[in-house]
Amino acid sequence: METYRDLPQSTYSLQTTESVRTGTWRTFRPIIDTKKCTRCYTCWKFCPDVSIELREEGDYPKVDYDHCKGCGICANECPTVAITMVREDSIC
Amino acid sequence: MIEIRFHGRGGQGAVVASELLARAAVMNRLHAAAFPFFGVERRGAPVTAFCRIDLKPIRTHSEIYFPDYVVVLDPDLVSMTNVLQGLKPDGALLINSAKESCDLQHVKWGKVATVDATSIALKYGLGSENAPIVNTAIIGAFSKICPQVPLESVIESIMKASPGDKRANAEAAKEAFETVKGVW
Amino acid sequence: MLDLMTGNAAAAKAAMLARVEVIAAYPITPQTSISEKLAEMVANGEMNAKYIKVESEHSAMAALIGASYIGARTFTATSSQGLALMHEMLFWAAGARRPVVMPVVSRALGPPWNIWTDHMDVMGERDTGWMQLFCENNQETLDLILIAYRVAEDKEIMLPAMIIEDGFILSHTFEKVDVPAIEEIDFYLHPFNPDVKVNFRKPRRYGSLVMPDWAMEFRYNNALAMEKAKKKWVEAGIAFKKAFGRDYSSLVELYRCEDADVALIISGSAAGTAKVAADRMRERGRKVGVAKLRTFRPFPTEELLRLGESVRTIGVFDRSYTFAQGGAIYGEVRNALYPLASDVKVKGYIGGLGGRDITEAEFEKMFEDLLAIARSGSMTKDVEWVALKDGSWRWF
Repeated sequence: METYRDLPQSTYSLQTTESVRTGTWRTFRPIIDTKKCTRCYTCWKFCPDVSIELREEGDYPKVDYDHCKGCGICANECPTVAITMVREDSIC
Repeated sequence: MIEIRFHGRGGQGAVVASELLARAAVMNRLHAAAFPFFGVERRGAPVTAFCRIDLKPIRTHSEIYFPDYVVVLDPDLVSMTNVLQGLKPDGALLINSAKESCDLQHVKWGKVATVDATSIALKYGLGSENAPIVNTAIIGAFSKICPQVPLESVIESIMKASPGDKRANAEAAKEAFETVKGVW
Repeated sequence: MLDLMTGNAAAAKAAMLARVEVIAAYPITPQTSISEKLAEMVANGEMNAKYIKVESEHSAMAALIGASYIGARTFTATSSQGLALMHEMLFWAAGARRPVVMPVVSRALGPPWNIWTDHMDVMGERDTGWMQLFCENNQETLDLILIAYRVAEDKEIMLPAMIIEDGFILSHTFEKVDVPAIEEIDFYLHPFNPDVKVNFRKPRRYGSLVMPDWAMEFRYNNALAMEKAKKKWVEAGIAFKKAFGRDYSSLVELYRCEDADVALIISGSAAGTAKVAADRMRERGRKVGVAKLRTFRPFPTEELLRLGESVRTIGVFDRSYTFAQGGAIYGEVRNALYPLASDVKVKGYIGGLGGRDITEAEFEKMFEDLLAIARSGSMTKDVEWVALKDGSWRWF
């Protein structure tokens, strides 16, 4: 791109926000203890970031660590206290 | 007027370093301004911060393109970023490094000063093993190479405005001042 | 007391010094630290104010209009998208004659998404009836908020005011600020005591319907108030100078314009950079000056006409664009100088949009351009976009 004539009318990105690995922003990460988990899927419902994955009904919920920002809402809402927030061990 | 650019990683305190340095200059009865590179920041991502120091009030609000000094808080950045960009021909570079300046592979510059700010920070318990906070040590070293900011002013600034253990930060600055090596 | 602080810290400090009573704010980059600092001061008792957590900027202004009707001194802050969301309520605050004071941290509106500064957000609100002032540095941010309460709450004015500080360039930059003592401000600012105040024993509807046969007269009263505000800003500025030493006694600050061949009209943080460039030009023997527009509303027509009497080539730098004739200030300057149209040449420069940096070198080029116009007596272009990537390299 050299001049204004080379630009599209407005900006757009070639990928969706899925390509942005917001998981690198975390300070704490949620760990789900499957021994305590009852698969009520409350965490999956409450996650504001669509960062808990459920492939099929009956699966244990899995955290998508590429995108989870570590807000802790899942740990807060889990009725069996199956989720703990653990400090990330490196900053880079 | 002198202009300084700081290179660090998010979380290392580059922005606080620029602020503490500006305060030190003001305590030395000079005028100063400090600002970060205005953008979205993230832990671990490269961060740039700036400082202006002058005898007269600072009125300009444009960005800094040709600094007189460049301060690098993390030696890894030297291979990632062109830290020399725009540095004035007779400007000086200060790098946080345990190596003597002539051993730094990527840096070809006349005036290079080095100080092992990481070890000093760890010695005084600043930050953690993985994430030492080197900013107060680095500005202590900086005051050795820059006459506009004498050590007493840097210490005064740290005792007034440094986050964390002010005494430990001041000691780190003093030790860095005494151990900085190189050419400036 | 001398301190080093960011523009946002200065704005929050001013709210504390003004003994603001009700705050309702919603965060937005680059204003957020104002709201955070205020919340902190209210929580730790440094400020005796009520902090209402609202769900949007629109609600923030609505809440403050209500609080102002009770007789409380009100404060909020916002930027770009937030200011635009408040748009409807801005008309309400001005029409209802509620003297809310609001620092606006100027920021470009998207798309394309942009968090950096330009003036298009505040220029979009210039017809709401709000007073609008631009700050060159953090000291002005602090001082103008304080002066704004004095003018806004004057019984003859009763208009809200926005104090504009450039996003990041002022809001996030540490600069030296002399902070007055709150005891001294208590002499400068008296408690807010409006004539129209909600009285629960005599309930009324406020802002109620007017028929077309009286609608114009209400608007006319607001127009008169905005006119009167010119004199009030000068008076409040003179009083501020007496108390604190800093001079805000004019609506336009003239820098080296007395014997200038050309002058550049400009608002905001870039005015400081323009002054440095003017000094450099003067060192080379070129007679140039900078006319910094402090108040955009009320618009300083009289002061600009006086400038036009002696300086016959005037440039106007805009950090905005109107999609008509150039930038906002340019259009209004040309309008104001129309009586001198046959004697004065006015050229518009547009730059710094979306946070684009404006350098001292670029201002020097603008001055050279104006001097060439003064010498030749003719202009090829009425409006130019500075440092636009158009392949011409004219500005590099």
